Amino acid sequence: MFKFKDWFHHHHHDNVREGELTPYHYTNPYLIGLLLGVVLLATFVIMGRGLGASGALSTVVAVGVNAVSPETAKGNDFFLGYLGNGETNPFKNWLVFQVLGVIVGGFISGAIAGRARFIVSKGPRISNNKRFMFAFIGGTLMGFGAKMARGCTSGQGLTGGALLSLGGWAFMMATFAGAYAFAYFMRRQWT
Amino acid sequence: MNLPLFKFGYFNDEVSLIVAFIIGIAFGFVLERGGFGSGRQLAAQFYFTDMRVFKVMFTAITFAMIGVFYLSWMGFLDLSLVYISDTYILPQAVGGLILGVGFVVGGYCPGTSGVAIATGKIDAMFYGVGGFFGIFIFGEMFPWIEDFFNSTHMGRITLPEYFGIDYGIVLFLVILMAIAGFTGADWGEKIMAKKKLAKAKES
Repeated sequence: MFKFKDWFHHHHHDNVREGELTPYHYTNPYLIGLLLGVVLLATFVIMGRGLGASGALSTVVAVGVNAVSPETAKGNDFFLGYLGNGETNPFKNWLVFQVLGVIVGGFISGAIAGRARFIVSKGPRISNNKRFMFAFIGGTLMGFGAKMARGCTSGQGLTGGALLSLGGWAFMMATFAGAYAFAYFMRRQWT
Repeated sequence: MNLPLFKFGYFNDEVSLIVAFIIGIAFGFVLERGGFGSGRQLAAQFYFTDMRVFKVMFTAITFAMIGVFYLSWMGFLDLSLVYISDTYILPQAVGGLILGVGFVVGGYCPGTSGVAIATGKIDAMFYGVGGFFGIFIFGEMFPWIEDFFNSTHMGRITLPEYFGIDYGIVLFLVILMAIAGFTGADWGEKIMAKKKLAKAKES
């Protein structure tokens, strides 16, 4: 018999991560996908745009560069693009507010499920410091790659994917290709 | 019904920021609830042990894609008013490759790192600092990579337009691909689970 409760508290014992045992297990991925689809569709019909993430980080970087060295920012079309016309605050930006929401929403979900606590997410075969180093390097690659691609998994993948954008699909396939091609070298970190 | 609401002037820029915050909360909640706040959970995708990244992404894409198609076919949604970013095929493919490597090295993508930081993953905080650094490097290098960044510009182009196939047929093909992908993902997970079990029995 179908029980909604069982579906929502999806039991996934094989994949409960070491050190990340949770009172409630993650929800069934297809149900989560459906809910994410509803959020994405709502964004399209309410706003006429999709979800994003990396753009908000760029605003923070551009404002930071402008604060430290205004000459550098003024002479650079990339940073300038995130600073606006100088009349409005660059943080009064749709994506910045959406990402703030993501952080709040993520915390609420984690707190409800008893997952909001300080831990290091990694496999059993790697030290914390090595994991931190790889996280930093991966983050750097991500930042650079997302700017080169004009968006990330949210802006190009989800949004571009659902709107059947050619560039979005090319990006998504390249992302999975890059990750799978490099997964072998990272196996000690995760498995 | 006139959709998208914002484009038809139902509310102003100030209100749109509140809408952004609320949509963000829903987005973040769903991501965390799906397990996307854990780097190890996300990376499992690339070792075929837990394919939820693929399952969640493609269920979401398929649902929203069908919704957009249906609403515009019914005349409720003006699809030409929905922003689709221009395609620059080469820089997007190269950027995707770099981001993909960053995904498996770092364990997150930009959005999921926000959720991970919010739930206290210390590694995600290092990832976030790296993200700012990567964007800074891109910005500093921008004068040298600007030509490549702006190359192969193809405008606002969709798969149906590019391949000259009907929108509905592309939709159908994506749905088929998703179903095949889900079946393959479930099958892959089962094989990896069996392997794990066999290994555990040996030792």
